[in-house]
Amino acid sequence: MLDVEELERLSTVVGGSDSAVLGTTLTSCRAELQVRPGSIVDVLERLRGEGYNMLMSLHGVDYFPEEPRLGVAYELLSFEHQRRLSVKLRVSLDTPNVPSVTPTWPTANFHEREVYDMFGVVFDGHPDLRRILMPEDYIGHPQRRDFPIGGEPVLFTGNEDGNPGWWK
Amino acid sequence: MEVIRHGRVDVDATAGGAGGASELTPADKAAFRARQSRARDLLRGDLEGQDLEAQVRESVLTTTLDKASKWASGNSIFPLTFGLACCSIDLINLVGSRMDISRFGGEAMRGTPRQADMIILAGRVSMKMAPVVRRVYDQMLEPKYSIAMGACSSSMGVFNNYAIVPADKFMPVDVHVPGCPPRTESLVYGILKLRRMIQDDPEMGWRDRYRAHGTEENPRQPLMSMDELETRAAEATERERILREGGTGA
Amino acid sequence: MVEVSTERTTTTVEYRAGEASIDFAEQLGTVVQHEQAELLTVNFGPHHPATHGVLRLLTTLEGEVVRDVQPIIGYLHTGIEKTAEDKAYWKVVPIVERMDYLAYYFNAMAYCGAVEDLLGIEVPKRAQYLRVIHMELNRIMSHLVWLATTALDVGAMSILWYGFRERDTILDLFEYSSGQRVHPRYFQIGGVMEDIPAGWEAKLRRFLTEMPKRIGQYESMLSNNEIFLRRMRDVGVADAETLQAKGVAGPLLRAAGVPWDLRKTMPYSSYEDFDFKVPVGTRGDNYDRYLVRMAEMRESLKIIEQAIDNLPEGPYITEDRKVALPPRHELATSMEALIHHFKLVTEGMRVPAGEAYHAIEGPRGELGCFVRSDGSSKPARVHMRDPSFVHLQAFGDMARNEYIADMIITLACLDPILGGIDR
Repeated sequence: MLDVEELERLSTVVGGSDSAVLGTTLTSCRAELQVRPGSIVDVLERLRGEGYNMLMSLHGVDYFPEEPRLGVAYELLSFEHQRRLSVKLRVSLDTPNVPSVTPTWPTANFHEREVYDMFGVVFDGHPDLRRILMPEDYIGHPQRRDFPIGGEPVLFTGNEDGNPGWWK
Repeated sequence: MEVIRHGRVDVDATAGGAGGASELTPADKAAFRARQSRARDLLRGDLEGQDLEAQVRESVLTTTLDKASKWASGNSIFPLTFGLACCSIDLINLVGSRMDISRFGGEAMRGTPRQADMIILAGRVSMKMAPVVRRVYDQMLEPKYSIAMGACSSSMGVFNNYAIVPADKFMPVDVHVPGCPPRTESLVYGILKLRRMIQDDPEMGWRDRYRAHGTEENPRQPLMSMDELETRAAEATERERILREGGTGA
Repeated sequence: MVEVSTERTTTTVEYRAGEASIDFAEQLGTVVQHEQAELLTVNFGPHHPATHGVLRLLTTLEGEVVRDVQPIIGYLHTGIEKTAEDKAYWKVVPIVERMDYLAYYFNAMAYCGAVEDLLGIEVPKRAQYLRVIHMELNRIMSHLVWLATTALDVGAMSILWYGFRERDTILDLFEYSSGQRVHPRYFQIGGVMEDIPAGWEAKLRRFLTEMPKRIGQYESMLSNNEIFLRRMRDVGVADAETLQAKGVAGPLLRAAGVPWDLRKTMPYSSYEDFDFKVPVGTRGDNYDRYLVRMAEMRESLKIIEQAIDNLPEGPYITEDRKVALPPRHELATSMEALIHHFKLVTEGMRVPAGEAYHAIEGPRGELGCFVRSDGSSKPARVHMRDPSFVHLQAFGDMARNEYIADMIITLACLDPILGGIDR
């Protein structure tokens, strides 16, 4: 696990000249850097230089009542230090554009498509940004917090006639 | 004394009379002659269409053949491997040696719907997959049967959300097997139930067994006949007319 | 323009030296240099007996050589992550279990680990050992199903029956301890649901004495089998750099030579107490993946034996009443226990706000679970990082310039589980 000094050192190294790092969080189970969305590619490259050579996961989070609403989290793993580090960025719904890290980290391909599909975050520079889990012509981004969960009403003998089936 | 029942002479009563069983009415003789000529035409290959069907239907030998063929087809169902999710692993278990589906004649699992009799829909059907399943089901040839295995394909199962479709919405299902996932024994029970249905010997539902008819929550209205429907429509029109005139009138 | 490497290594066996002159690379070279090389795109549809689940592959073929593979997924998307946001924390365990449907204990462990990180509670030692035993049994079971289906794809159908016979023995053990063979909801947040019953240990030991012999039998059937070797050796090669760039970890990376195993490098749930080896391959081809998984089965047996020998006494779930249900006998005497029981069952446990990512070594690779909590009794986001989802991206590289039949074998050795891919 990272300790405080290491996290501070990383954030200065990674922040670089353009002060990409907006903040850090350290809990007993997680070390996190919050970065500006535009500079994510540089941040990840600098972290690769620090030994974090594997991007294990890239996922979206919807912080619904708080703004900016959509978050993208990058989970990095270092083989040589056996440590994990998370990088997080937040974008709002009106400008959901994030530079894609797929050219430098090929593993992000499917992950970014999933985040686009489920949350609507648009990754600029992604070779093939289209829906991956839902049908291609689906409208809506299902995993946002204000998307209804959907589903069917439970069928009893009383209301089963009103429910359409294949023969109706 | 002759006792006449249904236009035919009662054999026992005419013990003293002449003939007995050979006392046939002219109608019977005519019917017999018609059947005989039809059989002759059949043998010659002259019967066609409706006559042929009538002849075949009436002959006792074919009815037994029918039953025999249904028995045979019930004992040799070719399942289509349609494993989608977790239930599919228990489906492969069915082919394994503990719950051997081969003892029911079903070990020839076909990969193509054209050669399969029965589709076992094992697993959750998602929105993207439903048209694919329907297309595969359409490609199967009659007679075809379907089993919805597991809770997810029968109803929504554990996942009541935007992504899953219950199988009843897009294809007819003969047997639903509940469970998540159903034990392989349950699936075997479902297949055996289907087999009895194919062999024209459907098992009684529990309401028949326990004579519990009338215990439904919302007993269905019996279907109305055409006359009844017309009477009700006429009454409704009458009431409407009265309302309209009564409203504008006084 | 299609770039093709015309190198193809051929395995030569001594007495077949005469056939070594048949080198397909030559013929391949002539075909590709031909100007009108025709590329045919074939759809391995979602319903296919050889794709392991509902996976759709758009394959671009030239003759019988695969030039490009594009997987299309989403045919099993269940909305597990969205459903999990709607349920109390302890109710999410069965939802999340159904994701990777051959590694159900691992799904539950990743999720429970993440929530336990957020809660900051300590899982009792006995519960950790029981979790390890069940997870290693599940690992053996998953590898057995992998072996059965891969052998079926290669053509050695008898292994299918043997593999499922062993799997039934393991499922009997699961049923004995938790009541259900598949998806048993045995792991709870804070420990396990119930202690192991009497007689379970004896049954487990019987299994442990029998299983190594069975694995030996499978190895003797396959490992030196010439047909198996010819089909798996040097097929589907992927080197460590490509795999690491694609984010692949697990048996695939270990077969390529990188000894990364989360149970050894970043141990969780008392794995540091056990002595076991991590099998590592050299060439990164399908045969190495097969050997790695067979060796992993043996190592798992060792772990289970050590765990059951040293099983400590103690509680099987955490004593923190705000997280775990109190034992039934307390409900009759203690008012606090009754209140805790009521709150836990109706509302669920409250988890302090925060985010956690907990990753474990599943049978396919790194299985991670990200949980975000906003302080209420329902999680605000649950994301499962599934290994098969990531490995499918590496599949295109592994299957390029192989024959179709070899592509099927490579797909089988990739061990994809569509439930995890599509979630």
